[in-house]
Amino acid sequence: MTGADHARVNSRDEPSVTRRSFLGALLGFGTVVMGAALSIPLIRFALHPLVAKTTEIGWSDVGKMDEFASLTAPAKRLIKVEQRDAWRRIISEKAVYVLPPKGGTVRILSPICPHLGCSIPWNEAKQEFICPCHVAVFVMDGAKISGPAPRPMDDLESKVENGMLKVRYQYFRQLISTKEPLS
Amino acid sequence: MSDPKESKSNQQDQGTTLRRRFYKWLDVRVGVDSILHEALDEPIPGGARWAYVFGSVLLFLFISQTITGIFLALYYVPSATSAHTTVAYIVKEVTGGSFLRSLHAYGSSAVVIVLLLHLTQTYLYGAYKGRRELLWISGCVLFALMLAMAFTGYLLPWDQKAYFATTVGTNMASDVPLIGTWLKRFMRGGDEMGTLTVSRFFVAHVFVIPAVLIAFIATHVYLFRKAGAAGPPSEDPINPRSPTQRFYPRQVVMDTIVALVMILILGSLAHFAPMELGPKANPADTQYVPRPEWYYLPIFQWLKYWRGPYATIGIVVIPAITAALLVLVPFIDRRLERRPWRRPAAVGVFILILAAFVVMGLTSVRDDRRDPSIAKQVAKQREEVEQFMHQPFEPEGAASSLSAPVVTVLDPLVAAGKKIYESESCDACHGENGVGTAAGPKLGGAISQTSADELSNLLRHPTPKMIEGEMNPVDVSDEDLKALVAYIKSLK
Repeated sequence: MTGADHARVNSRDEPSVTRRSFLGALLGFGTVVMGAALSIPLIRFALHPLVAKTTEIGWSDVGKMDEFASLTAPAKRLIKVEQRDAWRRIISEKAVYVLPPKGGTVRILSPICPHLGCSIPWNEAKQEFICPCHVAVFVMDGAKISGPAPRPMDDLESKVENGMLKVRYQYFRQLISTKEPLS
Repeated sequence: MSDPKESKSNQQDQGTTLRRRFYKWLDVRVGVDSILHEALDEPIPGGARWAYVFGSVLLFLFISQTITGIFLALYYVPSATSAHTTVAYIVKEVTGGSFLRSLHAYGSSAVVIVLLLHLTQTYLYGAYKGRRELLWISGCVLFALMLAMAFTGYLLPWDQKAYFATTVGTNMASDVPLIGTWLKRFMRGGDEMGTLTVSRFFVAHVFVIPAVLIAFIATHVYLFRKAGAAGPPSEDPINPRSPTQRFYPRQVVMDTIVALVMILILGSLAHFAPMELGPKANPADTQYVPRPEWYYLPIFQWLKYWRGPYATIGIVVIPAITAALLVLVPFIDRRLERRPWRRPAAVGVFILILAAFVVMGLTSVRDDRRDPSIAKQVAKQREEVEQFMHQPFEPEGAASSLSAPVVTVLDPLVAAGKKIYESESCDACHGENGVGTAAGPKLGGAISQTSADELSNLLRHPTPKMIEGEMNPVDVSDEDLKALVAYIKSLK
């Protein structure tokens, strides 16, 4: 039986075909509108982590300033970063490089390669940072010498409080020539 | 041929033909036509009625509960350590979280209400008669499954009321003859309520019961369609004679309107009076007055009447008989007469039981209002919930691993004080390491700044306000008091 046959049969005992199809259209339209309206809170709920700031990073201790006074090469330090991970407050360990001080100020570099995010080791023999992934090479102060990296190594925000060197650990966007923090 | 009218109607015709052709294309492959026919053209003897909407509305509510439930699971972690934090996170931090959780929580109450209406309508209309025994029984199973959903879902937020209501609920299981103790341990995942209880209830609520529910909903709908709509009470249940009307459009429109009203009510409730979350479950709280959700109040009241050696009769035997009576109704009341006024016994018993439920529920509320100590405690609990709701979200790990007092206590006096703190059950209200609970305030901060003399004095002679908050004078030797004060002052 085709749809048209049905309509003919239906029209015998009940409201006319046009009324039925009008109601059908109305119901369909109403359902779609209601469904759309109801899905708004659901979508907002599901997308919350993309919209809201879910990680907040504070200052982490790196070490006493005295330790770094006589540095001649970048020193790798492990820091503890207190972070918000949705409903958790977690402490994760991250590596940073403290550069030999110049004129009393200390710079801290992130070891994350601005190319594709590998961790860059300090090559003692060559006195260079050499990324093991795609051989981006940087000098001691983080400036780029060669390789695919789009920018120098990233400086991390630092400060000294009561002789304690502190750093704010951050990630930056890869593959672009400017330093742009994530989140 | 350039008549504008004609060309317009030609265009219209083309549009319709195209639609027809697409419909036919789809129908040949999918069978849309027979599906629609099956779903929409069900004959209803005597025509559509508002009394028949409840089944469809239940189905709608079930879908709504499923969707909101799936979304809530995005952020929920079923463990005793995280359950409460994650629900607090949903309520206080996630965009629209409080709204969705409220929809889900109020939705469960709506399911119970509509279930009762559906059951009452079916019963009064005698729509279980005429070869509809299995249809009725599958409905009873669905009723039980929905109550099980409500019971298991209630625990998941792991707040005070969830914890204590479920403690009582699972304890009731131990009154079941022979397997009672085992059953309680099975439900709890051990002797005590704990993290295993949360995961068991979660698995039941999210995987097991819904799977069985879906199977029974399918069975119920299938059996309903097999038996056919019963129609009005005057109708013969096996061979209805009234002229029929199809399910679509009138009944569909009625069902949809009621579903829309349902959405509006639930949405307004969720928006204007969002469901609250209480403070985290504190098993050491001895003052808490647990009260179940409103639909369990009649049973709760009923249990109060059964004490001592006959308790089993009240807790297990009578409810079991009542449930059995309900399930077996189509076998007991076998006449084909459906008009309620011609079935005084059946209708009378039903109304009596229903009235008993209402009276017991109301009595329970009245008893609580009349007992001053309970009324006071209930008011206090409500205040604690308000207080908790106003606090900003506290991430997990903040209290235990970072800012909380360090576990290693060096000073021997402080260590001795900690022992006294625990042996005097101070931790019952003020929590482990003085972190505070719903029953007692946190002991760090301003309190630890108070001078030692003043603290000792307060411990010996609590202020009226402290006494009102159930703080008892500390009755220990002066030496011990000194240690206790040192310990409290060491808290941060």
